[in-house]
Amino acid sequence: MEPSATYQVTVTVNGERRTAKVDPRTSVLDLLRERLGLTGAKKGCDHGQCGACTVLVDGRRVNACLALAVAYDGARLTTVEGLAQGDAGANLSPLRFSPGGATPRTPRGTGDEGANLSPLQQAFIDHDALQCGYCTPGQLCSAAGMLTEPGPSAVTADPRQEPELTPGEIRERMSGNLCRCGAYVNIVKAIAAVAETKGAVP
Amino acid sequence: MRPFRYARATDAADAVARYRPGTAYLGGGTNLVDLMRLGVAAPDQLIDVTGATIKGVFTLPNEPGRLFIGAATRNSDVAAHPAVREFYPMLARALVSGASGQIRNMATVGGNLLQRTRCPYFQDTSMACGKRDPGSGCQANAPGADTENLAILGHCESCRATHPSDMAVALTALGATVHVTGPAGDRQIPMPGLHRLPGREPERDTVLEDGELINVVELSPETFVPPPVRQAYRKVRERASFAFALVSVAAAIDVGPGGRIGAARLALGGVAHAPWRCHYAERALAGASASRAAFEHAADAELRPARPLPGNEYKVRLARNLITATLEELVTPGGAGPSPGKRP
Repeated sequence: MEPSATYQVTVTVNGERRTAKVDPRTSVLDLLRERLGLTGAKKGCDHGQCGACTVLVDGRRVNACLALAVAYDGARLTTVEGLAQGDAGANLSPLRFSPGGATPRTPRGTGDEGANLSPLQQAFIDHDALQCGYCTPGQLCSAAGMLTEPGPSAVTADPRQEPELTPGEIRERMSGNLCRCGAYVNIVKAIAAVAETKGAVP
Repeated sequence: MRPFRYARATDAADAVARYRPGTAYLGGGTNLVDLMRLGVAAPDQLIDVTGATIKGVFTLPNEPGRLFIGAATRNSDVAAHPAVREFYPMLARALVSGASGQIRNMATVGGNLLQRTRCPYFQDTSMACGKRDPGSGCQANAPGADTENLAILGHCESCRATHPSDMAVALTALGATVHVTGPAGDRQIPMPGLHRLPGREPERDTVLEDGELINVVELSPETFVPPPVRQAYRKVRERASFAFALVSVAAAIDVGPGGRIGAARLALGGVAHAPWRCHYAERALAGASASRAAFEHAADAELRPARPLPGNEYKVRLARNLITATLEELVTPGGAGPSPGKRP
């Protein structure tokens, strides 16, 4: 077998057009992390079972680890880096993780630095919806996609009805995202808070 | 993962023309890419058919209930489609009972039908598996093998695996027709009939020939019991969500005046190499009066030939209870509605 040819892939990531030459075995996750420098999406299981790699493709959540980059040529991707308006990541890191005992602050009130966290990101902070944070980028992208998905879930009593987004519906709809720290209770609260303000119908 | 070439097919004929031995058609990739990563599948060419086969759910204005579901349609789009939910709520429920939101957004209808078993020995390349390596035997026959999730019906020495799809169980109960394009032309395959039992060729999951490609799945009201029909899909699994079925059941029942059953459709998942249409149970139900005793009798008729493996005897009892409880809920006035809301 000859070595794999490389394929040119162009994607729009968080509004920016990016091109890379990839081996066809490259996943969208590896394209983002290893080639485009976007390490927000995380590699957990690499088998589609944990959801840490969740990104949005044309607004729909997918497991980036199971997506071959060549098959997503031309796609419009949103990663956790693209959920906020402005470069929230650049502000968050020094604020929350600066060495030397700087007082940690939440990014709220840092509007002068040009970053506006998305309502989901702010709700995750407000509701303490994370511990180690490894699953959080996937949880956030998954929740962002979930809030726009129509139709019944496995716990909807009558599949013909549009259900209300109860905590039970949120749990079922978020079951593709695992959290080893067990922050589920507050993740559900954070998502429910955003859904309520948006008047979201799944 | 072994190297491969990748190409996008423009339509079904183009995909079939590009097919040669060693090719795999790529849908959403949620199963195939994983199997390639595990070393279970090693195609040298991927033909991406997500832009080649039919995409979307189509209805006819004067034939309510007649649906054409394109093979490239994502599972989540089928589950959310108004006509699917109105006429075939068991199909919508089966779809959303499978996998996770992310995977349902990726997975196609064609790929869902053709997904491979999750038998632990199929997925582990260090184990004997005649489905993965024809002629290499079946590790599930070894003393002390992990058989918990394996078959109780229709299996044999060559293979004890089960088919993992939820959607296919509903399509089997509903008597769907699968439209296929292939090197020898087009043909239609009725369900049940797409998936096969292992026999001497455990490596073949379906009756599809090399290069054949699923293009459309058709649902027709004539092949189904007439309304008013109550439908349900119930799935028992080891955790509340995002797990494969231990046993699942797709059921539809038409109860006439006086509580007499006109017709019933039943299929089981998680029990065999193929989604298991319950012909014996359906025959037992037709004309019987709708009662717990009749449902138990029907379940027993279906499960009499069951041959559980050491370690999965529980599935026989589970299947019996699941059939009985699901039918009871369906015929309880004001109870479950068109599809039971209670989680198994």
